[in-house]
Amino acid sequence: MTRSPRRTRRMLQVAGAGAAALLALSACSSSDSGSDTGSDSAKAGSSDSSASSSSKLSGAVTVFAAASLKESFTTLGKEFEKEHPGTKVTFNFGGSDSLAAGITGGAPADVFAAASPKTMKIVTDAGDASGTPATFVRNQLEIATLPGNPDRISSLKDLTRSGLKVVLCDKEVPCGAAVQKALDASSLKLTPVSYEQDVKSALTKVELKEADAAVVYKTDVKAAGDKVEGVEFPESADAVNDYPIALLKDAPNAGAAKAFIELVSSAEGQKVLTEAGFLKP
Amino acid sequence: MRARGRRAPVPLPLLLPALIGLAFLVLPLIALLVRTPWSSLPEQLASTEVWQALRLSLVCATAATAVSLVIGVPLAWLLARVDFPGRGLVRALVTLPLVLPPVVGGVALLMALGRNGVVGQWLDSWFGITLPFTTAGVVVAEAFVAMPFLVISVEGTLRAADPRYEEAATTLGASRFTAFRRVTLPLIAPGIAAGAVLAWARALGEFGATITFAGNFPGRTQTMPLAVYLALQSDPAAAIALSLVLLAVSVAVLAGLRDRWMTAT
Repeated sequence: MTRSPRRTRRMLQVAGAGAAALLALSACSSSDSGSDTGSDSAKAGSSDSSASSSSKLSGAVTVFAAASLKESFTTLGKEFEKEHPGTKVTFNFGGSDSLAAGITGGAPADVFAAASPKTMKIVTDAGDASGTPATFVRNQLEIATLPGNPDRISSLKDLTRSGLKVVLCDKEVPCGAAVQKALDASSLKLTPVSYEQDVKSALTKVELKEADAAVVYKTDVKAAGDKVEGVEFPESADAVNDYPIALLKDAPNAGAAKAFIELVSSAEGQKVLTEAGFLKP
Repeated sequence: MRARGRRAPVPLPLLLPALIGLAFLVLPLIALLVRTPWSSLPEQLASTEVWQALRLSLVCATAATAVSLVIGVPLAWLLARVDFPGRGLVRALVTLPLVLPPVVGGVALLMALGRNGVVGQWLDSWFGITLPFTTAGVVVAEAFVAMPFLVISVEGTLRAADPRYEEAATTLGASRFTAFRRVTLPLIAPGIAAGAVLAWARALGEFGATITFAGNFPGRTQTMPLAVYLALQSDPAAAIALSLVLLAVSVAVLAGLRDRWMTAT
């Protein structure tokens, strides 16, 4: 009888310690998920950085690009690798503001393509860009609705209807800032159900039919195919985002990075981008 | 023997990694304190967003713990006391959310309980209940991630507790439920308390499942970890201030648990 309570306590301590260890483990994995792409690109960036000769490019190029550029930049990356055998383009797509925070925080990247001049300014103000950023495309907003537009949304004002679940980008993200600008310009007040951390997660919520509509970029609606239906709205003309691109000062592979920026601004690159729905600068 | 062992010099191959390990764990927390904008801290903490997020975090973590207690303790009892086929498999399934990346948990919850989910579509069409983007959704996401901690802790305690007390109670005429309520529960109360605190702490820090399943809206689904993550991108000083609050809460939890297992040596 006297033995069992003591054993109970010891077991408790063991169980507690084990559970505490598991708690620590899972806490670690949850913080990983917040910045998952960062570590991948960090690995790729450090793999090779020797080449900067004009004739032969090689090694890894790490490009931090706005989430809305995902499809077109992935295509351009493959083209670049084909044109310059021996190179490897690695992308880190995400909200422009978190990418900018990553770059100023020392993430090893060669190129930064942002979805707004404001987020690019974070990088240039910190002195992390080499030269002046150049605008390479512009992007316009569009409403993404469920396939077939069952809620008959035809204007920005329709989104303010009660009972409609609308998701927007967080105000810190360029697409969210642009939406805010369009709403302010037409003095509309829209309360979404969620402010998503980047444009793709806003779009995903409509693709999964969890939300009835989202305000995203034209390019995102196009990329989503028939999983969403796009609705244009005139106010979007007041909130067109310029996309600047810049070579970074601490680029591990500046030569190849310059060549990638040239490809993006070339006729060939512009063709891929305009086909995806971007507007010419 | 013991005295001699204590006096012998600590071998360097052990001491060095040990010190590195210690620094690795402690340094980030010190850095957080060093970089805290102490002068503007009161102003940062006075903002309504911070209190909104903190209040929501505390309410949701407590609700998630309550949910875990109501359904987790009976589950732990089932696993510890009832011998049924496939018990090992069930136990493995129960602990799966423990090792699952929380974002995956969030996606799985969307598939199950989302408006278009396997179960969620019926919740929506029969009762008009949709969980994503609601505070209830935050509680669901947190309970999903935190409950296994409680179940494991309580099950461990139940296994260690002597079943003969319950057997004695049933022999004396008590039903199995009465024996559980009057004998087992008081016996394992410390284990339940420890599990509840663990689950609460885990729920408080939950990020991945919450942002995936419940979204991010200030005052409704934006808990402290979400606020920290989004503030970091625009206003690092605010993120540090928010982190400091969470750190303080964590230290308080540890201090409260100190007697339980921090003094295990």
